[in-house]
Amino acid sequence: MQIYLPIAEMPVSILLLLAMGAAVGFVSGLFGIGGGFLMTPLLIFLGIPPAVAVATQSAQIAASSATGTLSALRRNALDLKLALTLVAGGFVGTSLGVWFFAAMRRAGQLELVIVLSYVTLFTVLGSLMLAESLREFWSVRRGVVRPRRRGGEHPAYLGLPFRVRFPRSRLYSSLIPIVGLALAVGFIGAVLGIGGAFIMVPALLYLFRVPTNVVIGTSQVQVLCTALLAVILQATLNGAVDIILALILILGGVFGAQFGAQAGRTLRADLFRFLLAILILAVGLRFVIELVVRPTEPFSLSVQELRR
Amino acid sequence: MKGPAALLLAASLAAASPAAAERLVLSLSTNLVAIGSNYTGARLVAFGVIERDTQTVSRVGPYDVVVTVRGPREGVTVREKERLGPIWLNRSQQKFVEVPSFLAVTSTRAIEDAASEEMRRRYRLGVRAVVNAPEFTVGRGGEEDKFRQALVRLKGKDRLYLENPRGVSFVTGEFFRAPISLPATAPVGNYDVEVSLLADGVVVARRNASFELVKTGLEEQISEFARDRPVMSGFVTAAMALFFGWLASVIFRRD
Repeated sequence: MQIYLPIAEMPVSILLLLAMGAAVGFVSGLFGIGGGFLMTPLLIFLGIPPAVAVATQSAQIAASSATGTLSALRRNALDLKLALTLVAGGFVGTSLGVWFFAAMRRAGQLELVIVLSYVTLFTVLGSLMLAESLREFWSVRRGVVRPRRRGGEHPAYLGLPFRVRFPRSRLYSSLIPIVGLALAVGFIGAVLGIGGAFIMVPALLYLFRVPTNVVIGTSQVQVLCTALLAVILQATLNGAVDIILALILILGGVFGAQFGAQAGRTLRADLFRFLLAILILAVGLRFVIELVVRPTEPFSLSVQELRR
Repeated sequence: MKGPAALLLAASLAAASPAAAERLVLSLSTNLVAIGSNYTGARLVAFGVIERDTQTVSRVGPYDVVVTVRGPREGVTVREKERLGPIWLNRSQQKFVEVPSFLAVTSTRAIEDAASEEMRRRYRLGVRAVVNAPEFTVGRGGEEDKFRQALVRLKGKDRLYLENPRGVSFVTGEFFRAPISLPATAPVGNYDVEVSLLADGVVVARRNASFELVKTGLEEQISEFARDRPVMSGFVTAAMALFFGWLASVIFRRD
């Protein structure tokens, strides 16, 4: 069953889009990430113009993270104070990122910056998380009980000035590393056209030792705010949001996100971190392959503008 | 294939020089192709009649007809990936400022058989001739040729540049029809149809017509809304996302 998308100006199969929305929604609900770094390449692969793909999938991310936020609120599995701190820092980072994006595009090297950032970020982050996760599996199998964190024992950066207590996250930390993280994530997200939750989630898990169940809800709030801002900005500045495409992706996505969130609740924390590491590493390797393997078609077209 | 077929017939002409060449009458099966929600491409037909009178020179061989359809113009950049150390990246590129977004050439037989190279070049007959024309790009000569080849190949893969050497058929000796099929990805806008009549390998008459591809109904309203009220459409989309997110959390509420 085909439907014509008015802004993308092409017909697509409704069932295929629903399935894609559901699959990405599942992953998104499971890990508390937006899933933009999965959805954008899929849409572009279908032939949807990149600008429309990037802009429209923000709407789907907004919808599934709204669901996630509401259910986390109900289960009291989020730290609103931490989330709002992250959102505030993130907006500043996003603005800086948009400025950098424009500067690199003027310099003509935007595509290389994007691919190299993906490769570095995803492979490094994925490998670190995988190594950590495997070490944990290993020590559990050998029966070594790793000491739990004791009160008063924490990395030095938490002790910088402006310390604030986040009771829900069992975190007592300086604002400097938290806002710095939010800034960095907002910046990278704007440059790569992604929400950045997949950086935020591991950072909160590993750098700040926030409990897994709180991390997901908190990150959902941050993703929701970023995605809503992105939809409104993209529609206003580029007119690139296709409401029909958004509707279909949302319908698939919200249901997928539900099943993902349910699966996430029963998942063991160490297995959760292992799977997230694999997912991030896989995306990174995909970009490595794209960069290293001889392309079958070395040429590519990009249409600038249509003269009507 | 609906539409006022006879409309353009009336607009026939008197432009040809006296006592020499044939005159060509051309009509499209429609002048307006509408895009609705179930649009998956369109087919239309160009009908043509060759008018001869007693003064027209007699021809030895059969007539050939070449129909060229050009879509709205667009700017295209063709980039080539090259190896730099261990990685492949886009290095050289060529900009084509104004190229047809869609180009279909339909003819009675292979364009190479119907017209000499000189004819093809002068009258831009065939995809190759159109693409190799000097006005096609503000070129730098030599190097750019591979970019033209790549453009034709990549556009061809999307069925946006194509040649159909058996598409035009003669119903009678003077009456021919040429089907034109638009893929779903062909962009909205104005399309030019140019018909050339060849006799003994020489172009003896040319005629132009055009049709328009437009969005209608809901599709038109949505794209107008997005274009004219961008802020509003952003908020509407955001509100829609929030609504469905909330709805799902209510439906799936378990506690």
